[in-house]
Amino acid sequence: MSGSGTETLTRWIMDSAVYRSIVRHGAANTNRNRSLLVFENLFLHVHPVKVREKTLRFTHTYWLGGITLACALVLIATGILLMFYYHPSVPQAYRDMKELEFVVDNGLFLRNMHRWAAHLMVFATFLHMLRVFFHRAYRPPRQFNWVIGVVLLIVTLLLSYTGYLLPWDQLAFWGVSVGTNMAKEAPVLGEKIRFLLLGGNIVSENALLRFYVLHCVVLPVGLLLLLSVHIWRVRKDGGVQGPPDETRGPEEVR
Amino acid sequence: MSSLPPLELVETPDPLATPRRVALVRPDIRPTVRMSDEKHVMAFPNLIVREVILFQLVVIGLAVAAILVDAPLEGIANPLETPNPAKAPWYFLGLQELLHYFPPVVAGVLLPALVVVSLAVIPYARINLTAGPLWEGEGRGRLPALAVAIGALVALFGAFRCWPIVVPTLAVGLAMFAARGKPSGAVRRGLAIVTLPEWIMVWFVLVATILTVIGTFFRGPGWSFVWPWAPVTPA
Repeated sequence: MSGSGTETLTRWIMDSAVYRSIVRHGAANTNRNRSLLVFENLFLHVHPVKVREKTLRFTHTYWLGGITLACALVLIATGILLMFYYHPSVPQAYRDMKELEFVVDNGLFLRNMHRWAAHLMVFATFLHMLRVFFHRAYRPPRQFNWVIGVVLLIVTLLLSYTGYLLPWDQLAFWGVSVGTNMAKEAPVLGEKIRFLLLGGNIVSENALLRFYVLHCVVLPVGLLLLLSVHIWRVRKDGGVQGPPDETRGPEEVR
Repeated sequence: MSSLPPLELVETPDPLATPRRVALVRPDIRPTVRMSDEKHVMAFPNLIVREVILFQLVVIGLAVAAILVDAPLEGIANPLETPNPAKAPWYFLGLQELLHYFPPVVAGVLLPALVVVSLAVIPYARINLTAGPLWEGEGRGRLPALAVAIGALVALFGAFRCWPIVVPTLAVGLAMFAARGKPSGAVRRGLAIVTLPEWIMVWFVLVATILTVIGTFFRGPGWSFVWPWAPVTPA
């Protein structure tokens, strides 16, 4: 199709009553429409209409928070697909791993993707925390967002850890046994916490079911809520904060 | 608040007049209303297109990794057959390595709790907000206190024979003192601008990395020290 043909088609679509009922502004070819694109969209309106140009530089954030978020999205997508093939019961859980490998189309790819995204998310979260620390981006008014970030790091670790048990292989079983034995050592409540977590005194089918529910419902919901607050606060506090000498942050005022 | 101008009220008999209100927002109250002379660009396309590209790069990278490397899967879980060593996932191997040196309540509960609390309170500790280079300003008189602190840490971890912490503690201590005075050379001058909180974080990251690497690659049956290239003996 010739250039003008494509243009005509694009214009025809964008001017159609249906398209205009979904996206009320036209093509994002003027600054007015680019503004509308951001603040008339539920998912994009966490952005300001304009951003400081400096914040786009690679060394401003190294995009580490973005990588973490991208991993989270990949994990949700692959995780939902994996849930279609998985039964949290013994020994079916392990058989499902074999099914994924030998029976399900692209099943192994799906599981690989989920696993590597999980590792990358843990690693990127650590790096993101270090970046924020060395840029001193935790300073007022961002103190509480740092605390939310620390909680998010813990939720990320717990998500990864609860997922670790689900394949129900030797690696999973003993990895979780080692970890939950540590929890037992906590004074006073240790034994009770471990019992609550495992639904028993050893890692068993009850533990698998509990970890499954935590991994697929409780922790992801918690993560999404905290993540929303985290990102919303970044926006409210004036956007991402880069290296300290570069921008005079709001903390200089007080 | 005392600097605010007096409130001015204008009354009108006209019922159709639209009430007008002028809001005064002090610039230091909300960071979002702080104007700056920095250059701004439209979020679309500048930011949003970059975000989409970043997402695509992450997905492509993960897809390539998923094609090339398979996720591990061992035999079905068997409570009667303990692998030796039984290892936690990599991000907990630093903690598991600590178990080798400390009683479980210290390695499994006390130290992790200490780390989480220390991280959470960072923005509320004054030193993290005001710190300048370690040896400048208020820091000139820090030498004795720092020497004692480092000595105490070395003695404490040395008493438990926890060399993976003692060695980085000494290394960071040495680097700190190398940055004193009027250092010459690019490296030492680079060290001279590091603040105390940054030194502590570097120390923490170094210790965590070393413990994790040892726990991941250098631990074999009975948590004994092995070289990563040593042949794996079946448990």
